[in-house]
Amino acid sequence: MTSTSPATSLPTAGGATAAAPATRHRRSLASRRSNLLTLAMLALLIYFLLPLFWLVVASTKTTADLFSSFGLWFADDFSLVSNIRKTFAENDGVYGRWMLNTLFYALVSAGGAAFLAALGGYGFAKYRFRGNDALFGLVLGSIMVPTTALAIPTYLLFSKAGLVNTPWAIILPSLVSPFGLYLMRIYAQDAIPDSLIEAGRIDGAGEMRIFFTIVLRSLAPGIVTVLLFTLVATWNNYFLPLIMLNNPDLYPVTVGLATWSAQAVGGSGSNPDLLALVVTGSLLSIVPLVAAFLLLQRYWQSGLSAGGVKG
Amino acid sequence: MTAAGPTPAGGRSRRRGPSHANSGYLFVLPFLLVFLAMLVLPLLYAAYLSLFREQLVGGTVFAGFDNYTRALGDDRLVKGVLRVARFFLLQVPIMLALSLAAALAIDSGLLRFAKVFRLGIFVPYAVPAVVATLMWGYLYGPDFGLFAQIAGKLGLDRPQFLSADHMLGSMANIVTWEFVGYNMIILYAALRAIPHDLYEAAAVDGAGSWRTAWSIKLPALRPALLLCLIFSVIGSFQLFAEPQLLQRLAPNVIDSAYTPNLYAYSLAFTGQEVNYAAAVSFLLGLVIVVASYTVLLVTNRRSRA
Repeated sequence: MTSTSPATSLPTAGGATAAAPATRHRRSLASRRSNLLTLAMLALLIYFLLPLFWLVVASTKTTADLFSSFGLWFADDFSLVSNIRKTFAENDGVYGRWMLNTLFYALVSAGGAAFLAALGGYGFAKYRFRGNDALFGLVLGSIMVPTTALAIPTYLLFSKAGLVNTPWAIILPSLVSPFGLYLMRIYAQDAIPDSLIEAGRIDGAGEMRIFFTIVLRSLAPGIVTVLLFTLVATWNNYFLPLIMLNNPDLYPVTVGLATWSAQAVGGSGSNPDLLALVVTGSLLSIVPLVAAFLLLQRYWQSGLSAGGVKG
Repeated sequence: MTAAGPTPAGGRSRRRGPSHANSGYLFVLPFLLVFLAMLVLPLLYAAYLSLFREQLVGGTVFAGFDNYTRALGDDRLVKGVLRVARFFLLQVPIMLALSLAAALAIDSGLLRFAKVFRLGIFVPYAVPAVVATLMWGYLYGPDFGLFAQIAGKLGLDRPQFLSADHMLGSMANIVTWEFVGYNMIILYAALRAIPHDLYEAAAVDGAGSWRTAWSIKLPALRPALLLCLIFSVIGSFQLFAEPQLLQRLAPNVIDSAYTPNLYAYSLAFTGQEVNYAAAVSFLLGLVIVVASYTVLLVTNRRSRA
């Protein structure tokens, strides 16, 4: 029973088959209600997009115009390009460094976490070794352990090991994703038939070889899901880099923007001109992730549907 | 499945079974090693640290549960925990209701441009909490904030989003803005996985879309909703980036113990009270685990009744 439903939610088949019957049998009712519902949803959509529209508009303004012109429309002076140029030029181009740091931390962490989760999730799903359930239960229980409760002891351990103020301080703690493991276990259970593994064994392939040549490809949507969600978690991380790093050259963009904004609003010795750069830097910092989600939506949505069901 | 067939082939594979089974360790080992080093070890270390105390004379000495008794009697900590609990009760129902409504609407087939809505509502999830808070902070601001501008044009009083009375609500709005899309996507994914024969059966029985939503979709969403709820418990209780950044805009409203996490941070890094901070972190973790299990128990009992 369980093996039939996820099959429909796998990559390409899902879109067409699942939606069609749902829309078909209700089309008769649809025409009347859809306008009202669409309007209500439009209000919701405006709530979610308006702040972003404000951000786009604000990054075309000088700091003076930010104060004097209306927030939801452009000022006479269109200074997006000069804002971008100034953002990248400030403090000898430290913003570019922050972006590259974020990209590096996020890609390495997410790649590592997704790989570990795929390997482990497949192991838990397909091998009945002794202690399987107990170990998996332990990992599952740890989903509730808040990462920030770990941050301070991790910092103390890392400072003993000399890892504080290095990229490792950000990457190592981000490699563990208990939820990713959970998601991959469910995904592997459904997406990898035992017969596929058995066929590989009959062909004389070793277990690792079977994983890398046959299994990995079928796990791809699940892996992309875990990859994207860990990517977001690391990209958005603030607490961990805030405590682990005190060298501005190592900051990710979140901590960098926070220090700039502190300088922009702080009392004496503050630099209000930074305000426009904080706004522009904020906009630039969200472009890569938004683009990644839009481009990869087909993958992460199908990967999630496997995980969401069994909750 | 393999155990069901007592054929010669099945018997052989079963005998060979354990050796295959044991190669499972190879797959889970890398994860478990990192898990031990980055999750279990820090947790144990926090527990260990929390049992000691630093003294001006005599250095670090064993203190038993002194740090914990101090924490339980620490007014600032208790207030912080109650504040995030209030935040949870205020923010999470609104957020989950919006996520659920949006997921059901998008799945209903009654909506035009469903895909635009799905992606548009989800976009804020890709915005870092730092950026979201800076942005909303500017929008809230009494000077050039958007709401102050609009109120000014309409001749109304400027809304005081960053005042003591409204701070928690303003923060709830930021967190809601960030996470409705994420929860909606999880719920929507669960909706899409409902087998269609259920819908067909409902249609045969003459159920309309409201009835279908109530009797088929909502029960099927239970596990996914529970997942969202647990993640929300965890998220609410460890609130940090939002208050830490808004602190600069409203230093008189948000003190260093506004949320327990902010308190632990300032204890460890401003006050240098590492051992006490470890106890606070550990207690906070405990509070979250207890809160999560309470949520699980309550929802389970309700579904059985």
